Amino acid sequence: MFSRAWQRLSSVVLGLVSAPAAMADWELNMPRGITEVSQSIYELHMLIFWICVWIGVVVFGVMFYSIFKHRKSKGAVASQFHESLGLELLWTAVPTVILIAMAVPATTVLIQMYDTTNSAVDIKITGHQWKWQYDYLGEDVGFFSNLSTTTDEIYNRTEKGENYLLEVDKHVVVPTGQKLRFLITSNDVIHAWWVPEIAVKKDAIPGYINESWALIPEGQEGLYRGQCAELCGVQHGFMPIVLEAVTADEYQAWLDDQRAGKIAEAAAALGDFSYDELMVEGAEVYARSCAGCHGTEGQGMGSVFPALAGSPIAINDMAGHIDIVLNGKAGTAMQSFSAQLSDVEIAAVITYERNAWGNDTGETVTPQMIIDAKK
Amino acid sequence: MTTATASHDDHGHHGPAKGIMRWVLTTNHKDIGTLYLWFAFTMLLTGGVMALIVRTELFQPGMQLIEPEFYNQMTTMHGLIMVFGAIMPAFVGLANWMVPLMIGAPDMALPRMNNWSFWILPFAFGMLLFTLFTEAGAPNFGWTFYAPLSTTYAPSSVTYFIFGVHMMGISSIMGAINIIVTILNLRAPGMTLMKMPLFVWTWFITAYLLVAVMPVLAGVVTMMLMDIHFGTSFFDAAGGGDPVLFQHVFWFFGHPEVYIMILPAFGIVSQIIPTFARKPLFGYASMVYATSSIAFLSFIVWAHHMFTVGMPLQTELFFMYATMLIAIPTGVKVFNWVSTMFRGSMTFETPMLFALAFVVLFTIGGFSGLMLAIAPADFQYHDTYFVVAHFHYVLVPGALFGIIAGVYYWLPKWTGNYYNEKLGKFHFWMSFIGVNVTFFPMHFVGLAGMPRRIPDYALQFADFNAIATVGAFIFGFSQLIFLFILIKTIRGGEKATDQVWEGAEGLEWTIPSPAPYHTFAEAPHVK
Repeated sequence: MFSRAWQRLSSVVLGLVSAPAAMADWELNMPRGITEVSQSIYELHMLIFWICVWIGVVVFGVMFYSIFKHRKSKGAVASQFHESLGLELLWTAVPTVILIAMAVPATTVLIQMYDTTNSAVDIKITGHQWKWQYDYLGEDVGFFSNLSTTTDEIYNRTEKGENYLLEVDKHVVVPTGQKLRFLITSNDVIHAWWVPEIAVKKDAIPGYINESWALIPEGQEGLYRGQCAELCGVQHGFMPIVLEAVTADEYQAWLDDQRAGKIAEAAAALGDFSYDELMVEGAEVYARSCAGCHGTEGQGMGSVFPALAGSPIAINDMAGHIDIVLNGKAGTAMQSFSAQLSDVEIAAVITYERNAWGNDTGETVTPQMIIDAKK
Repeated sequence: MTTATASHDDHGHHGPAKGIMRWVLTTNHKDIGTLYLWFAFTMLLTGGVMALIVRTELFQPGMQLIEPEFYNQMTTMHGLIMVFGAIMPAFVGLANWMVPLMIGAPDMALPRMNNWSFWILPFAFGMLLFTLFTEAGAPNFGWTFYAPLSTTYAPSSVTYFIFGVHMMGISSIMGAINIIVTILNLRAPGMTLMKMPLFVWTWFITAYLLVAVMPVLAGVVTMMLMDIHFGTSFFDAAGGGDPVLFQHVFWFFGHPEVYIMILPAFGIVSQIIPTFARKPLFGYASMVYATSSIAFLSFIVWAHHMFTVGMPLQTELFFMYATMLIAIPTGVKVFNWVSTMFRGSMTFETPMLFALAFVVLFTIGGFSGLMLAIAPADFQYHDTYFVVAHFHYVLVPGALFGIIAGVYYWLPKWTGNYYNEKLGKFHFWMSFIGVNVTFFPMHFVGLAGMPRRIPDYALQFADFNAIATVGAFIFGFSQLIFLFILIKTIRGGEKATDQVWEGAEGLEWTIPSPAPYHTFAEAPHVK
C-alpha cells in the first residue's frame, strides 16, 4: 500500500512537471456532451466562466495595483476619501446589466430542458440501494443494472480495469435520433440519475416520478457513463450508469433479443440443474448482488448487515431463506430480489449461501422450488 | 457616577475567580468569549482530523484505509462539526469579546444566559461525538441529512444527533438574543446605529438570521424524530408524506445559515482593511445596506440547492433570478473593500494578509456561486466536487480566514502581547498555499464529472485527488503553527500598546492592553 502511495505521489509530481504530455488524464472542464442541450449548457457554462474571469481580472487588477503602489513602505500617504454616490450607483448598475445578460440565455436553455413532450422512447428508471432498474414502457422489457467492477479491484487485490467503477453488467440501451424520455423514481432513499455527456441529472425520489429527456443525434452511437449523484447510503459510490446508444435498427433488434431471452430464461427454469452447476452460478450471483452488504465471505458488515455464514436462516430455515430473498425484509435494507434475479439465479444463490463458508447443509434449492414459492 | 464606580471597584472581588470554577461559573463576556474560541479551535482540529481521514482514503483509487460506511460517518461528522462546532462558535466567541468593547458596554446584556449558551455546547458535541463509539456508528447521512436516508434508513444514533442539534439550536438562539439585546440597549451615549463598527452591524444582522432560522432547523429535526419514533409520515412517501418537503424546510434554514457563517467575517474584514490601509472604510452606509440586502435575499433563494429535485419550470426560474441578485450586494462589498485599499497607505501584517486572501478567495467562491446559480448549468454541477470546491472556498478561505484574521487582529488587545509576526506570516503562507492546493483541483474533478460524497472514484480523477490530499495535509498541519503562536503569545511577547495598530480606530483601542477584566464600567461618550 505504501509503495503504491509513493508511486502515486511521484507520478503526481512528475505529472505537474510534464503536464502537457499527460494531458489526457488531467481533464479540467465540463464535457461538451453529445446532445443539443448538453452543448447549450456547455456554452452557457463557458460564457459565465469568462464573464467571471473578466470581472476577476478587473477587480483583482485594481486590488493588486493598490497593494503594489499604495503601500506605506513606498511612502504612500493615505488619502481620506470614503464615499462616492456615483461610484456606488455605477457598481450596482453594471452588475445588474451583466446579470440580465446572463439570465436571458439561461432561461432559454432551461425552457428547452423542461420540454419533455413528443418522446419516442419512454424509459422508467428506478433507483434502488444500490443499483438501477430500467423498464422500457410498452415494450415488455425491463432489467436491473449492477456494478460489474469486482471487489478485488476495489480492495486493490488485482489491477483496476480501464472503466473502474463506471461499468455495469447490463447497459441501458437507447436508440439515436429519437427523443428519449426518462421517468425517474426511487424504491427507497433519494438517488440521482446522472449521465454528464447528455446533461441529464435528475433526483430519483420515492413517491415522485421526475421527467427528463435527451435526443442523441445519429452518428453519436457509443457508450456514455455516469454515476449516482445523491448520497444514498453506504454503496453510493458504487452504482454507476452505462448508457449504450445504438442505431434505431440495432435498438429494435436488441428489444427482440431481450424478449426472446426472457422466454428462454423461463423455460430454462423448468430444466434440471445439478448441485455443482448451481454452486458455480450461485457464487457469481452472490458476488454481484449480495456481497456488497453481506461481505465476500458471508461475514456481514457492521451491525446493519448480518452475517450469512453461520446464520440460523441459512442453515436451518429453508422456507424462511427463500422467502427473505424473494420478498426482502421490511424496515431493513434487505430488498426483494424476485424481480431482480431469474428463478435459476435465485435458486443458485440460495444453494450457494446454504453451502458456502462452512454452512455445509448439503441441500440443493432447485429453480422449481422458487417457482413454487412464488405462487 | 464617577464616585459610584470608584467605590464599586474597591470591593476587590471583581477579578476573575481562581481555578476551574472561574470558567464554569463565569458571566464575564471576555471569559465566555475565550471559552467559545478555545472550544471552536478544539472542534476545528477534531473536524480537521476527520477531513484528513477522508482525504487520505481519497488519495488514490480503491479502498485503502477505511470502509465506505465509516467514510460516510466521517464526511457527515466533518460537516456538522465544522459548521456548528467550529465556525459558528468562533464567531460567537469573537462577538462576546468584541461587541461590548466596540460599543462601549460593560458586558453582554444577559450574562447568566451567556454562560449557559456556552456550556450547552460541550454537551451537545459530546453527545454527537460519542456516537462514533457506539455499535451503530455515528450519523452517516451527510450534514444535510436528507430524508428518508436520515429517517427510515438511518442508524439508531440519529436520535442522539437530533437531540444534539436541538441543544446547539438553543445555544445559538440564546447567543443571538443576547447579542441583539446588547446592541440595542447597551451602546454608549452617542453611538448611534449608523456609527457602529461594521463588525457589530454584521453580527446584529446575523443574530436576527439566527433567531429566524434556528427554530426552523429545530422543527425539521423534530419532524424527523416523529417519523422515526412516533409513527408519523412527514417525509415518508409510503405513508403519504413528502421527502422533498424535508429539503424545502432544511434549506429554508440552510441558506440563511450559510450567510450566518459569512456575514460576521465580512464585518471582521471591514474592520481590518481600513486599519492597515490607514484610510476610512469606503461606503460605510452602503456596506450596511448591502449586508441587510444579502440577509433579506437569503430567505428567498433556498431552492437553488434543489434545482434537480424536479420543481416546476416557473419555480426554477424564480429561484435562479433571486439567487443571481445576491451577486449585486456581494459585489458592492468587494468593490468597497478594494476602494478602501485604493490610495491608502498599506502595510501587510498577518491580519491584513488573511483579510486580503479573504477578499480574493471569497470572491473566487462567489464566482463559482454565480455559476451554480445558473439553473441549466447547475444540472451538470449539482452534487459534484465543483460544489465541494465552491462551498469550501467560501467557508475556509472565507469564513475561517475571516476568523483567523480577527484573532490575529485582536490578540494583542486580549493578551497584551504582540504575536510573533514572522511566525504569523509563515502560518499565513502555509495556509494560503494549502487551501488552494486542496480546493482548487476540486473545481476540475467536479466539472469532469466526479460526484461528491463517494469513498472511491474512477481512474481519471486520480491525479487531482492526490494533489488535493497533499494540500489538505499542508493546510491541516499549518493550523498547529497557529496553535503554537497562540500559546506563545498568551505566555508572553513584545508588549502591545493600547492602540495596538497604528491605523486602528474605535472604542476597543482606547482601553489598556490587555483589556482589563472589567471595561467601560463608566460609559464612554462617542462624538
